[in-house]
Amino acid sequence: MNRWSRKAALATSMVASAVLVASCGAGGRSESSSSDGAAAENVPGVTDTSVKIGAHFPLTGVAAPGYSEIPSGAKAYFDYVNSKGGIHGRKIEYIVKDDGYVPTNTTQAVNELVQKEQVFAIVGGLGTPTHSAVVDFLNSEKVPDLFVSSGSIKWGDKPSERPMTFGWQPDYEIEGKIIGKYIKEKMPNAKIGLYLQDDDLGADGAKGLKQFVGDQVVKEVKYTPGNTDVAPQIAALQASKADLVVGFNVPSYTALSQLTALKLNYKPKWFYTNVGSDPKLVGSLLAKFSKGAVKDGNSALDGIMTTEYIPGVDSADDPWVKLWTKVWDEQGKDGELTNYRVYGMSQAYAFVSALQASGKNLTREGIVKAIEDGGAKWKGPNKLPFRYSKDSHLGISGVEVVEIKKGIGEPLQDPMVTDLGDAEIKPDSGTAEQAPNESGLPDDIKGAE
Amino acid sequence: MRKALDTVRGNVLLKHSLIALLAAALVLLVMESVSPFRQGQLAMMAYYAIAAGGLTVLTGLSGQLSLGHGAFMAIGAYTTALLLQEREGALPMIVIILIAALVATVVGAIVGVAAARLHGPYIAGATLALAVAVPGIALHFSSVFGGEQGLNVKVPEVPRLADDALYFLTGTETSTSEWVAYSAWFLLIIVYFLLANLSASRIGRRWRAVRDDEVAASLAGIDLGRDRVVAFVVSAACAGVAGALLALASRLAAPGSFSLVLSLTLLSAVVLGGLGSLLGALLGSGLLALLPNLATSIGSSMGLSDVKAAELSPLVIGLTTMLVILLAPAGVVGSVRQLLAGRGPRATTAAAGTPGAGADTPTVAEPRG
Amino acid sequence: MQQLITTLLNGLTMGMVYAAFALALVLIWRSTRIVNFAQAPMAMVTTYIAMVLIEGGLNYWLAFILALLSGFVLGAFVERVIVRPVEGKSDINAVILTLGLFIVLHALAALVFGSDYKSFPAPFGVRGITVGGHSLAITPFGIFTIVAVIVVMLLLLLLFQKTDVGLQMRASAFNPEVARLLGVKVSSMLTLGWALAALVGSLSGLLIAGGNLVHPGYMDSVVVFGFVAAVLGGLDSPLGAVVGGLIMGIALSLVSGYLGSGLVSLAALLILVAVLLVKPGGLFSHASERKV
Repeated sequence: MNRWSRKAALATSMVASAVLVASCGAGGRSESSSSDGAAAENVPGVTDTSVKIGAHFPLTGVAAPGYSEIPSGAKAYFDYVNSKGGIHGRKIEYIVKDDGYVPTNTTQAVNELVQKEQVFAIVGGLGTPTHSAVVDFLNSEKVPDLFVSSGSIKWGDKPSERPMTFGWQPDYEIEGKIIGKYIKEKMPNAKIGLYLQDDDLGADGAKGLKQFVGDQVVKEVKYTPGNTDVAPQIAALQASKADLVVGFNVPSYTALSQLTALKLNYKPKWFYTNVGSDPKLVGSLLAKFSKGAVKDGNSALDGIMTTEYIPGVDSADDPWVKLWTKVWDEQGKDGELTNYRVYGMSQAYAFVSALQASGKNLTREGIVKAIEDGGAKWKGPNKLPFRYSKDSHLGISGVEVVEIKKGIGEPLQDPMVTDLGDAEIKPDSGTAEQAPNESGLPDDIKGAE
Repeated sequence: MRKALDTVRGNVLLKHSLIALLAAALVLLVMESVSPFRQGQLAMMAYYAIAAGGLTVLTGLSGQLSLGHGAFMAIGAYTTALLLQEREGALPMIVIILIAALVATVVGAIVGVAAARLHGPYIAGATLALAVAVPGIALHFSSVFGGEQGLNVKVPEVPRLADDALYFLTGTETSTSEWVAYSAWFLLIIVYFLLANLSASRIGRRWRAVRDDEVAASLAGIDLGRDRVVAFVVSAACAGVAGALLALASRLAAPGSFSLVLSLTLLSAVVLGGLGSLLGALLGSGLLALLPNLATSIGSSMGLSDVKAAELSPLVIGLTTMLVILLAPAGVVGSVRQLLAGRGPRATTAAAGTPGAGADTPTVAEPRG
Repeated sequence: MQQLITTLLNGLTMGMVYAAFALALVLIWRSTRIVNFAQAPMAMVTTYIAMVLIEGGLNYWLAFILALLSGFVLGAFVERVIVRPVEGKSDINAVILTLGLFIVLHALAALVFGSDYKSFPAPFGVRGITVGGHSLAITPFGIFTIVAVIVVMLLLLLLFQKTDVGLQMRASAFNPEVARLLGVKVSSMLTLGWALAALVGSLSGLLIAGGNLVHPGYMDSVVVFGFVAAVLGGLDSPLGAVVGGLIMGIALSLVSGYLGSGLVSLAALLILVAVLLVKPGGLFSHASERKV
């Protein structure tokens, strides 16, 4: 190549680049363009006849046992509502993506839901570590992030920082407080060991608990979801001579702790958070582990204490459970009604209440306001009322302490309500659940005009 | 003699610069015309390509197999996350990325010194252990690194200067995610420019000499250890930059992002494209970034659940890697090049290209004498 | 003290599993000079086959034996069909090939069996044993693990030292050319080597799974630890593999129990680096390094 042709080549490339760039729209800055952002009328995911929502759940992975059933319950309830004509004429389209309880996958799943599927809101995204990865994104994109399936306090304690996010279930801190107060009153001499998931689930629960019985804690151990060998942790608890172990963990780790304790011949009293204690599920996990050494089903968790806040499948006479059974019979796919599906339906009911309260003109800001304004008074299967307001986006305000006997939780105490920090714990003042409407829909809620 | 060499060298540099310019223009064009979702995917392709570029130089040119580049990406990502815990008062993004690269480089130097004495399966196993160890450390020191939950990354606002410049060029505002995507691609162009020049330089030639015949190279006076470490350090730096961009793009640095599968698929991408070829690394990364979504769509239309469909992607990548090694070890780019040069697609080693043909420099641009 | 005993017993049981896995790696290395990184998912696949059979109602032991057999077949298949073309050629190609197989088997298992965490039965009961009023952290299944690995190792030893086939296999590994001249069917011996190795690998997979949660990635860390154990003992030495496995098991259990489970992989890495820098041939190596 001689000098001339090199210069020519350079010149050609520059011209080509300039042309390419100009075609992108290069030019001076004029007034602000209107290309960005949704136009005022078009709310993403909403049409006159439908509303599209999304969620991320661990359909596979270490947290899948139990939790993977929640979306099927929610879907059954949404289908039921759709079969009755939807809410304000809109049918609910529900898209669920798997994140395997891995935070990195959650970011991808939510990206797809928000940017590709253009959902109106994320409803019931599950998991403390997983949802933590996407909560800031959802708030900065102003996507309603409703009724997160997790008890971390950060879904609702600071609405100024996370205006679009709402919790639903009782948070771990108040659960820890109520458990702590119960232990202080009924088991003041117990030596407490803590078995915690290494994230907000464990941290928030421990914080609440220690407010009351911090001086009784003799050992704290943590596990990482994904590493299924908890022998070192249980061995450490055993070595500390703890005779009451309080666990804030997911169901697989309940089963693992039980199994490992058997191996080590360690027999403390156990107290598990409600998210980890469904007897049927844990029992079936345990049963598989050994032929006959641990029997299947309900007796697996007898004597274990936990908490409850909505009626479960064993309360067959409860009017809400009757509704859920009807919904599952009509709309449910494979399998039977389990407590996780009931969780899904109860949560779905809250979302449908929010849709109802938002009125015909459905917008993202509108639904947030509807929950803040009216949520605390909504009726639902929750035994304790919601705390929704402008200052708090936290959900159910308390729990009931129970002991599992023959697979059913026997109440040990009246349902108690409280709030974060040093808010008092007091018995619920009677906004306990009322029966559902005839239709099974929250149609008594007045929609905004 | 000197004049001829100068012309060649000048020519290579010029060629690489031209390609870089055209690439930048192309990036602008493409980025503006796609949806935010695609922009995110393109950002992913860019940072995978940066890591893959470093890896292809290490494995293809210098002959050192590394299964642990996920670990260096993790180091880059966590450094970035730690520096970006608060949006206010954060350093400029480019400084943060450079710091992340620096930290990864330092670790890379340590690992490289150890690795320089190993070969074959030993270095593979050692880097495999590294890939598993680094996320474990992040999990253990959970108070610093956030444990399984990881650290959230607060992406800084688009700098005023860049915002204006991009507006000038494209006529639209730039969101932070878009800005990250642009940065990823511009960094990719810069990194590849540097790698291509490095590969065509004396150091590159020494690498290839060591790879092809240790004994001869050593007799020729080449310091095996030092050159190997340099290659390792360069590739670790690339992976560090890639990790920083990953943290910025996904706004998260968590152990789950750096599984063993990441390191293995990165290597697969490089092998598929052709060891030693930057173009191959780019193609392989494109596959890595775009295949999962495509596979999920195809799988769903075949009736598979979303979860199962997602497994089609690694299946395809794994199968293709195996087929490439068995049938066309030089990878896509390498085989095409061989076909064009009139030789058959089988070569003795994936890495060697064609032994004995001295001027064969598998880079983006080939120098002509 | 209790915790120490628990940790050591745990380490002993895991150590036997690593020993078995390392043994599999060594068998393959000796015959074909390849490190089979895909050994882990191969073991995982055979464990899943066992689980499917058990869930289908088959007796645990029958399923166990069938799983081992399927391992044998899988190993033979992989050697014959997949690895044969790259034997004797460059190192890098073989490693990449086994890694590709690693990814493929992972994905196939997830596709066919699902990615859920499933519990795997343990036939001997999972209650800890009580000796003289003290409970030990070892279960009947743990004892079975130790015994099973020892039995298999003795059988292999018998095979190699006392039988004709064993002699042929050793000859093929030591000097293929001469062996061929003497009438040994070298290629068949190589296939047999892989098949036996895969069988041993399957055993380790089944032993870890018992009484634990199983998912497509559950063997992945074992490939790292097993590799380190094999290198520790010397890639050429079956005895070294066993010793290396035990050392790794106990060391890693101590780290996990007293320092934290996140540091286990780092510990493995450090052990590996230490061995490779100080005595690259491993503890039991007899081949000396070639220096230029």
